[in-house]
Amino acid sequence: MAGPGNGASASAQDSAAPLLSVRDLRVAFDTRRGRVVAVDGISFDLDEGETLGIVGESGCGKSVTALSVLRLAGRAAHILSGSIRLAGRDLLTVSDAEIQAVRGGEVGMVFQEPMTSLNPVFTVGEQIAEPLMRHRRLSRRAALDRAAELLDKVGIPTPRARLASYPHELSGGMRQRVMIAMALSCQPRLLIADEPTTALDVTVQAQILELLAGLQQEFGTAIMLITHDLGVVAEFARRAVVMYAGRIVEQAEVGALFERPLHPYTEGLLASIPPMEEDLDSLRTIEGTVPSPHAMPPGCRFAPRCAAVRPACRTIDPPLLALAPGHQAACIAHADYRLPAGSGQAHADTPA
Amino acid sequence: MWSYALKRLLSAVVIMWAVATLVFLAMRIIPADPAEVVLGDQASQEALAAFRARTGLDRPLLAQYLDFFAGVVHGDLGRSLITNAPIAEQIWAVFPYTLSLAFASLAVGTLIGVPLGVWTAVRRGGWIDFLGRIFALTGFSFPAFYLGIVLLLIFSVWLGWTPIIHSIRGGGWHEHLGKLVLPALSLGLIQAAYITRLTRSAMLEALGQDWVRTAYAKGLPDRVVYYKHVLRNIMIPVVTAMGLYTGTILGGAVLTETVFNRPGLGKLLVGAIAQRDYTLIQSGLMVFAFIILLVNLLVDLSYALFDPRVKYE
Ligand SMILES: Nc1ncnc2c1ncn2[C@@H]1O[C@H](COP(=O)(O)OP(=O)(O)OP(=O)(O)O)[C@@H](O)[C@H]1O
Ligand SMILES: [Mg+2]
Repeated sequence: MAGPGNGASASAQDSAAPLLSVRDLRVAFDTRRGRVVAVDGISFDLDEGETLGIVGESGCGKSVTALSVLRLAGRAAHILSGSIRLAGRDLLTVSDAEIQAVRGGEVGMVFQEPMTSLNPVFTVGEQIAEPLMRHRRLSRRAALDRAAELLDKVGIPTPRARLASYPHELSGGMRQRVMIAMALSCQPRLLIADEPTTALDVTVQAQILELLAGLQQEFGTAIMLITHDLGVVAEFARRAVVMYAGRIVEQAEVGALFERPLHPYTEGLLASIPPMEEDLDSLRTIEGTVPSPHAMPPGCRFAPRCAAVRPACRTIDPPLLALAPGHQAACIAHADYRLPAGSGQAHADTPA
Repeated sequence: MWSYALKRLLSAVVIMWAVATLVFLAMRIIPADPAEVVLGDQASQEALAAFRARTGLDRPLLAQYLDFFAGVVHGDLGRSLITNAPIAEQIWAVFPYTLSLAFASLAVGTLIGVPLGVWTAVRRGGWIDFLGRIFALTGFSFPAFYLGIVLLLIFSVWLGWTPIIHSIRGGGWHEHLGKLVLPALSLGLIQAAYITRLTRSAMLEALGQDWVRTAYAKGLPDRVVYYKHVLRNIMIPVVTAMGLYTGTILGGAVLTETVFNRPGLGKLLVGAIAQRDYTLIQSGLMVFAFIILLVNLLVDLSYALFDPRVKYE
């Protein structure tokens, strides 16, 4: 794939190395009630050009994970440990100038809230042109020309005229298209889409996801697709990561995940997908609520809600283990699950 | 937009009328006879009567009111009770001094206040923020004229950089500029304190917005995020406050001009009050009211420049 940053990452171009490699990432927030660990030791890879789905209920740490990749989790966030390698380079340790070159250049990001994610006082054209002028060193005029092309690509009618529009003149779906145009403007190698359709109505949701898939085909961009909707994952992702309470509980190819989920939480999520064209009332939901990050249960974090809970689950905090080729889960109830030696005791890792 | 401007203009006219009436009445309620004040205790009854006849003070109140009003409507500010010189000319003669002081102090206030507000906001909780807040608080509780005296003490008395008393009239523009520095600083630093506080709180609110995160996600450095994306968004509150502050600036100018012995609207008015020059006081206050109204109108109309979402009804 052509683009800036290729030189720096030439060694990572061989097919074996993943584009993005997150290892043992732990992110904490200082809150008034003390430190909470929002993301607690997660690891996953994302290959060049693939779509990885990240699913989980609200508050499980999806956004924090996504924002951490670009070091955008905010001033209150502390990265306690881990590495986030993009084509071999650890984004957590590079200089400010380097991370700025990555943001919008090599990695684009689309946020959940299209209504508030665009700056209200600048035109759409100016906002799309900005990363082009910064990363591609285009002149203002050339950047605006390119912005019009991008608006056309994301399916906005009369793109030339739209350059002069302000965000408040556009609908939510249109704004999200603008966000996508902006995120893809410099042809990033990775697009992080954090619940890009949650705030939109259903028909628009499908259009936006189709658009992303189409653009991915065209540009070869890898996509980290964050959603709480397994249906979206099934349709658009090749692999999926299931998160629960700051941990990854299962990770697999989408086919395997849907046919043979290995973690009871994934099973629960699958059971709560609305069957095609049926009314939403017949949904099954997982009993109970997500544990508070201030009071994580000892042992398996899902144990208090798990239908298949065993006594051991309340003391053993199971690590994520490969149970089949390319399929990992963190559940001791599974027949093939063997605790590695020296692990398995409940982490006493919620500092008071 | 135009109908909005027209509406605002009409309301401004009504306010001007109210101000004119108030000022007129206030001048008549004060228990001092202008004729006696002007001519002194020893003046003969004939002289007093002649004075009253010449200035129209012997006519019924309503007739005086209508006269004054007709004058204001025609832009005729009347003649000074004391010198009999046309007031409009006197005001025009000193207006540039006040205007330059107002603009210079506004420039000082903005150039210091806005960056300091941004800086203290992004360093919230740090020592820069601490010092900035002390500065803002001190500025709030520190009258501009007092700061003027302190500055005079430091720069004129101790350092001897500028003369304490100098003739302001005459001289080239650079000389004018030199004489503007201390008065503009004493008025501007107080404004800077105000603008710092305002910018800081507007900035803090804006920094939490989603579009700030988007700006960072594009790879923009802090500088661009703060001074382009955020500042543009907080222009409305900042400019509004500056507009509301015009009255205070003018009030400060009155004292600052007196402290620095500078000609200006304020000094003119203070002199008029000392001499009980009622007509001059009356017209001077009208000019003050007019300026404040005009600035606020301009501020309102400028909103659309800063925020495309603003629609005037
Ligand atoms: N700025 C912050 N300060 C304190 N806690 C935070 C902050 N941001 C996130 N958290 C905490 O981190 C945890 C994970 O939040 P995150 O936003 O990643 O969830 P999410 O999976 O994206 O949820 P959603 O589906 O609602 O977007 C939550 O418990 C949240 O309370
Ligand atoms: Mg989220």
